Amino acid sequence: MYFYGYPREDGIYGVRNYVVVMSSVVCANSVVEEIARQAPGVVPITHNHGCGRTGEIAMRTLSGLGRNPNIAALLVIGLGCEESVAPDIAGAVAVTGKPVEYLVIQDEGGTFETTMKGVEIARKLLTHGEGQKQEKAGLEHLTVGLECGGSDAFSGVSANPAVGAAADLVVVEGGTVILSELSEMVGTAHLLKRRAANAVVAAKIDAYVALGTEVAAWGAKRGYAGAVSPGNVAGGLTNIIEKSLGCIAKGGTSTITDCIPYAMKPQTKGLVIMETAGYDIESMTGMVAGGAQVVVFTTGRGSPAGHALAPVVKVVSHSATYKKMPGDFDVNAGSIIDAERSIEGVGREIFELLIDVSSGKQTRAEINKQCQFAIRQDGFYWPTLKGIAEKNL
Amino acid sequence: MGYKAIKTSPKDNVAIAVTVIPKGSTVTIPSNGNVVTNQEVPLGHKIALDSIPRGANIIRYGEVICLAKESIKAGDWVHVHNTISDI
Repeated sequence: MYFYGYPREDGIYGVRNYVVVMSSVVCANSVVEEIARQAPGVVPITHNHGCGRTGEIAMRTLSGLGRNPNIAALLVIGLGCEESVAPDIAGAVAVTGKPVEYLVIQDEGGTFETTMKGVEIARKLLTHGEGQKQEKAGLEHLTVGLECGGSDAFSGVSANPAVGAAADLVVVEGGTVILSELSEMVGTAHLLKRRAANAVVAAKIDAYVALGTEVAAWGAKRGYAGAVSPGNVAGGLTNIIEKSLGCIAKGGTSTITDCIPYAMKPQTKGLVIMETAGYDIESMTGMVAGGAQVVVFTTGRGSPAGHALAPVVKVVSHSATYKKMPGDFDVNAGSIIDAERSIEGVGREIFELLIDVSSGKQTRAEINKQCQFAIRQDGFYWPTLKGIAEKNL
Repeated sequence: MGYKAIKTSPKDNVAIAVTVIPKGSTVTIPSNGNVVTNQEVPLGHKIALDSIPRGANIIRYGEVICLAKESIKAGDWVHVHNTISDI
């Protein structure tokens, strides 16, 4: 199997051809937005991070995003006194060989001068983007991120096992699949460990699931009954263990080859687990920063979310939800329940759609201009990088 | 019309309602037989397939998901009101 991707300078393939203008810190957001208004076609990326305790995670995430092959060229806008500084992000991305530039507001003469220079650079980068042409690429060049949001009791019956079947097909074809959301793996370590490639990975699975359980217990103490959201409970999920057993079905049955930190690139092919929390947009950002070019996202209650830097294929668990908001989903896995289609059959449909989307077909989230973006909020519900380092994950 | 619920593993003692199921309905669970509901069961919620004593395991996907907070009868709606979650 193969897809038609955009070959990048470092030999990997994007499934989209974004020219991105990104802020390195929240203080540069308005300049980024104005550049995007004056240079139509660029994708603006803004966020609340970059200073104080959010600097380190921003640095890692923004650098990883810049290296993602979906990005043809990048302009980073910094302020000048922040922690996640624009020259360092640009330098970390420049190793790929793609065009990267940066501007620092305090060095360029302020808002107006930076905006004018930024628009000029953005137009030049757009011309570079227009010159990129798709080529045939094997699935060993594809990394797929898996996410679920707004889960219900059917997620683990239909949508997630069907995505699991698709994920298995990607792995068989030599691709990489990232299973995320540690706080939705509670009570599943014994099941995941049976599939660990070796004892080191098995030990990492224990440590990762323990971290996710700690975060879920924190949520339970703050009034989230059973550590699941009110919508999950209304959808029939009694607690995080029931939700988690459904959640991990997205990962299919393949061997787990590694566990990797948030926003880091997998060093192995096959199925890997990434250390993200169950906050959908932040979790997707982590996987895209780790190199995922496309995301498959299951939902039961009906999440319309997409992502700013990767196409998101939406799979819904139940026909009742599908009928409520049919314009938001690419695949109705409810057909497994009410039309008695097989999990394997729907899995094959999702796999084939993934190939088409990776070759340029627009997803419902893209058509709907659902292009969310968020970076993990370390030190709030999730430990800081220092806290994680102390756990020796 | 016939009502249906889905069992996700042969070991499970609960099944998932495929539609809203009114009280007193006969529910077909493939490869399990029938059960009659003692309360209305919302879409996607769990129905007990056997009697489950207080403190016994609620099993879905072949795994323990929570414990019975009270004695649960076959056909009962099983959710946060009659279970204890260890989290």
